[in-house]
Amino acid sequence: MPKSHIAGLFGKSPIRPLQEHMYCVYKGVKHLIMLVEGMNNDDEQQITAAHQAIVESEHLADDMKKDLRHNLPRGFFMPVDRRDLLDVLWMQDQIINQAKDIAGMVVGRKMRLHDSMSTLFQQYTERCVSAVKQALQVINELDELVETGFRGIEVETVEEMLKELSRIERQTDECQVELRKILFTLEDALRPTDVMFTYRLIEWMGRVADDSQRVGSRLQLMLAR
Amino acid sequence: MEFFTDTTMIYIALAAIFGIFMAWGIGANDVANAMATSVGSKAITIKQALILAAVFEFAGAYLAGGQVTETIRKGLVDMDAFGTNPDMLVWGMLASLLAAGTWLLIASMRGWPVSTTHSIVGAIVGFAAVGVGVDAVNWGTVGTTAVSWVFSPVIAGVVAFLIFMSIQKLVLNTKNPLQNAIKYGPFYLFMVGFVLSLLTTKKGLKHVGLELNESMEFLLAVLIGIVIALVGRVLIGKVKFDQQAEKRFHFANVEKIFAVLMVFTASAMAFAHGSNDVANAVGPMAAVIDVAQSGAMAAKANVPSWVLLVGAIGIVVGLATYGYKVIDTVGHDITELTPSRGFSAEISTAMTVVMASYTGIPVSTTHTLVGAILGVGFARGIAAIDLRVVGGIFMSWVVTLPAGAFLSVLFFYLLRGIFV
Repeated sequence: MPKSHIAGLFGKSPIRPLQEHMYCVYKGVKHLIMLVEGMNNDDEQQITAAHQAIVESEHLADDMKKDLRHNLPRGFFMPVDRRDLLDVLWMQDQIINQAKDIAGMVVGRKMRLHDSMSTLFQQYTERCVSAVKQALQVINELDELVETGFRGIEVETVEEMLKELSRIERQTDECQVELRKILFTLEDALRPTDVMFTYRLIEWMGRVADDSQRVGSRLQLMLAR
Repeated sequence: MEFFTDTTMIYIALAAIFGIFMAWGIGANDVANAMATSVGSKAITIKQALILAAVFEFAGAYLAGGQVTETIRKGLVDMDAFGTNPDMLVWGMLASLLAAGTWLLIASMRGWPVSTTHSIVGAIVGFAAVGVGVDAVNWGTVGTTAVSWVFSPVIAGVVAFLIFMSIQKLVLNTKNPLQNAIKYGPFYLFMVGFVLSLLTTKKGLKHVGLELNESMEFLLAVLIGIVIALVGRVLIGKVKFDQQAEKRFHFANVEKIFAVLMVFTASAMAFAHGSNDVANAVGPMAAVIDVAQSGAMAAKANVPSWVLLVGAIGIVVGLATYGYKVIDTVGHDITELTPSRGFSAEISTAMTVVMASYTGIPVSTTHTLVGAILGVGFARGIAAIDLRVVGGIFMSWVVTLPAGAFLSVLFFYLLRGIFV
């Protein structure tokens, strides 16, 4: 069989699989909006469907994660640090795991939000999902970054995108503070366990945005190398 | 007397058979590495690669292959040591061809990355040192050659790094990369055309029957460079841009321009390969024919140009009968190399190898290319390079030298046993 050692020289690029993994994560996380809509409309069917979609994405992302790890031996010489790359992958995976936990909790406890929070919580969720979308867009610039050797105008573009990501994440923080305030005033009116779990729901949703932000920060480290 | 002519005929026939076989092997296997990067980055089709390779391997071998052939023929061994017994040289060179051919055959069957250059040099040094005597080896030349095996990948790597950085600066990292690619592309082509033709005209045109003085050579090189740049400019003008692909990947159309430029660097690679590697087959063949024809050492005689021609034809036949399959397979395996990277790597490899050919140093085109690719990698330009494979390729010459030497000593004693 004819064989060339020049061909063997090139390892399979981890960039595209990383992007595909993030896309899968985003597709799953998007269903959080549907989930919260279902909670607000008291639509059990929609909640179950959203939960299912998120779980499916989580499984798929998990397989992709394992695949990528398998194809990333130590002997690879890459423009980005192997450690950074694996960290980004791990953080991306955390996002969808968090979404799965949120959906699982909502379904398991048949959670519903108090009317005074529902609109803001819907906005909050959408903001958190936009953070994931922004992180996805940043990750999608990775192949362009490799093309330009991590230099020049492309780096500036990505820096701008990262700033936007931080801005979105700050907005989710503000939402979170607002939601906690409302929940605090409701504490006496609601069942204590419901209060407890609603706090947890707010916190977990915030983590989706936080983890997206962390994906961005790690990418910033890659740029700086 | 009659017996002597018979032996002469046998010597020449054997030299021709072994030499052509070796040239065939180079064309069948080795050329693939030079051409596959272009095919892999979708710059050219297999058919185009085959035609370009055939034309430019031939041109490189015929026009610029003389110096390295001289080194292989009589530079590695001390011709004085054979003065009293020229038959020893004949057996040795025949043994070297056989040894290198055998070793290459074993290696390609086992999938080892060995270099033709290392095999033949190891074989020649082997028979001379063991079969004749340590003094029979021209250790100075052998030393220079060995050192150049370290330096050629390093130089190619540094040049590739610089060229890639310049492409970044002038094209990829600008506000309008597409326009800049169209603008600066031809300048790179001029550089390749100029360097290659200058080095070639300085040494290669004599046996074609052309004698030029220095300023004429320079002018000719400039002219060839300009012509190549202009042809490149015309071809770039014909590129059709794809807006859809541009959305998915912002540099899709820029890469299309580099794909066109890569047609030229692929040709330059084939030329460089021909200029350096054909000597591995032709050098020993020329040595045998020399001695057999004159019955003595003809240290002053130049390589007869028909011998170069035979070697060049051997390479092209190897390419046509088997090499295209290798290029096809290899081309499909290389998917991670974009044209701008392949372009940078090939330019620097071609220039480094032709420079070596000009100085008469046999180097490994494959190793030089590996060095160039690493250079682009150091500029953070390649998504993943498998360093284990790199290590394997560079380690292989440590094994190839003694293996070639051992086999050639074996064949040397065998041939001596037959002919004495």
